[in-house]
Amino acid sequence: MIHLTNIHKTYQGAQPLHVLKGIDLHIAKGEFVAIMGASGSGKSTLLNILGILDDYDEGEYRLDGTLIRNLSETKAADYRNRMIGFIFQSFNLIPFKDAMENVALPLFYQGVSRKKRNQLAMEYLEKVGLKEWAHHLPNELSGGQKQRVAIARALITQPRIILADEPTGALDSKTSLEVMQLLRKLHEQGLTIIVVTHESGVAYQAEKIVHIRDGQIERVEVNDGSVNSPFGVNGVMK
Amino acid sequence: MRLLDSDLWEEIFDSLRKNRTRTFLTAFGIFWGVFMLILLMGGGKGLETMLGENFAGAASNSGFMISNTTSEPYKGFRSGRNWELELDDVARIRNCVSEISVVTPILQKWGARALANDKSCRVSLTGQYADYGKVDNPKMRHGRALTDADGVQHRKVCVIGKRVAEELFPHLENPCGEFLRIDSINYCIIGVSGKGSGGINIGGNPQTTVYLPYETMRQMYNRGNEADVVALVAKDEYPMSEVQYKVEALLKRVHMIHPKDTQALIKVNTEAIFSMIDSLFTGVSILVWMIGLGTLLAGAIGVSNIMVVTVKERTTEIGIRRAIGATPKDILTMVMSESIVLTLIAGMSGISLAVFILQIVENATHADFPTAQFQISFGVAIGAALLLTVLGVLAGMAPAIRAMKIKPVDAMREE
Repeated sequence: MIHLTNIHKTYQGAQPLHVLKGIDLHIAKGEFVAIMGASGSGKSTLLNILGILDDYDEGEYRLDGTLIRNLSETKAADYRNRMIGFIFQSFNLIPFKDAMENVALPLFYQGVSRKKRNQLAMEYLEKVGLKEWAHHLPNELSGGQKQRVAIARALITQPRIILADEPTGALDSKTSLEVMQLLRKLHEQGLTIIVVTHESGVAYQAEKIVHIRDGQIERVEVNDGSVNSPFGVNGVMK
Repeated sequence: MRLLDSDLWEEIFDSLRKNRTRTFLTAFGIFWGVFMLILLMGGGKGLETMLGENFAGAASNSGFMISNTTSEPYKGFRSGRNWELELDDVARIRNCVSEISVVTPILQKWGARALANDKSCRVSLTGQYADYGKVDNPKMRHGRALTDADGVQHRKVCVIGKRVAEELFPHLENPCGEFLRIDSINYCIIGVSGKGSGGINIGGNPQTTVYLPYETMRQMYNRGNEADVVALVAKDEYPMSEVQYKVEALLKRVHMIHPKDTQALIKVNTEAIFSMIDSLFTGVSILVWMIGLGTLLAGAIGVSNIMVVTVKERTTEIGIRRAIGATPKDILTMVMSESIVLTLIAGMSGISLAVFILQIVENATHADFPTAQFQISFGVAIGAALLLTVLGVLAGMAPAIRAMKIKPVDAMREE
């Protein structure tokens, strides 16, 4: 599904910053991968490249067979819309739209009719258990609920991959658990999920953990069971 | 095409409606600009038509000649000599100056007292021929105007100004048929003049003037052959200012006045007055346009400014939209349409309120100035709407381009 070969990325500036120094990463369809690393390790840059939010300088990135390189803004927007579902740390819901409208928004940019997309949005809200909250504005929802709305929004375009950037960063441990369980459930339904995090508790929910350090992959760890993780012990994560 | 998509409009109205304060503040500048522009335009036009009404009935190509003491010695005459225009001059002008269509003499007397029953009022007297109606139409309020027959038969009849009628006959709607006495002579009132006080006045305020037939006044006041004023109307194709030089030369030759004597003959020329008023109103309307357009432009710049701030404020929102699949063109369309819609709605309300107020003013002044027109025309309103659309596009341009440059990554940085 995802093939990264020798990806380099340098931020130009007064002091050029070589952030990614040759990343090779292959993620198969249906995998649940966590990318772990300290802040400044380059994990966010990697996520931006995976999400076609940023371009890379060297190497090759293929997403579901399509080469992603030097795309026009319009093309990139289209790929993001159809192939990738985003989940952000700060939820990034549009504050003046209610839950249903937020979920339906990606379909607006696909040109789906209002009736159809609202109907679909309701279905996805039901999947994340927020049907009764469909007409609440984001500031009337709790953090966990907001993140579930964001997940529904990420799912509605039926993307190839789900990219989650610190999805539990702004949540308490109980709701973090709920959100992670939801992601696991989606994974069990066959979705490819990539989570970027610095919390080991979150990372150990995934099947495969990629440790990044100083712009390079330190090691790839296969998670043989959540029993070892602190997450598995009475649900305490932090 | 997305533009025709009703969804896009829903989206625009949604974000305008859900950010009320911002929308209102942005819209107000444009609203005020258009409101002022339309109001000033209507007001300027209204004043112009109001003034025009004052001059209505006055021939726009007329002139008046009045004699005065000479200032140059000539052909053996000393300077400072008194001379008078005479009835023969009227015939001379009529015969010798072919560009003239009407020439008629006027007699005047100031400071008379008119009496009726127990009332009295100060009036000025004017004696004129029926021809004078072609110089300045009296627009009769009641009764009829003076005719040549009144003069030929030396009838003691008069037409009185509006104020005279009110002072002497306060309880009578129409004083025609009543008598008034001036200098111990009774005159029968046959008409009330409708002239206001703002127009062309030769011989005092028309509202306090009593008009007599020329021949009657001539006989009653022993005025012999002289005329106080000679009124002229030139044919349309000849400007009065030029024709008047011919008349002047003729009169000076006949009366032995130095051709270069500038004091001996007073010339009044409505053409010059009218062109002065015309240029005055041209000036006023230029001013109106400058102020109005300036205000409007300031409003548009305000919209642009607030939109730029708004775009900054919405960086996260725009970033989110970009991240979930909005193309730069989608964002451009969004910001531009919001700007245009906002400008149009604000502008239309501005136009509507201005039209409403102008209508109130027009109704209020209707009694005194029935032809005064404050209301703007439909064409002007359409023009204003088009102007607003253009302004909306221009105002939206800068913020839209700025919004387009927002990268989706920015949405995540903004925390």
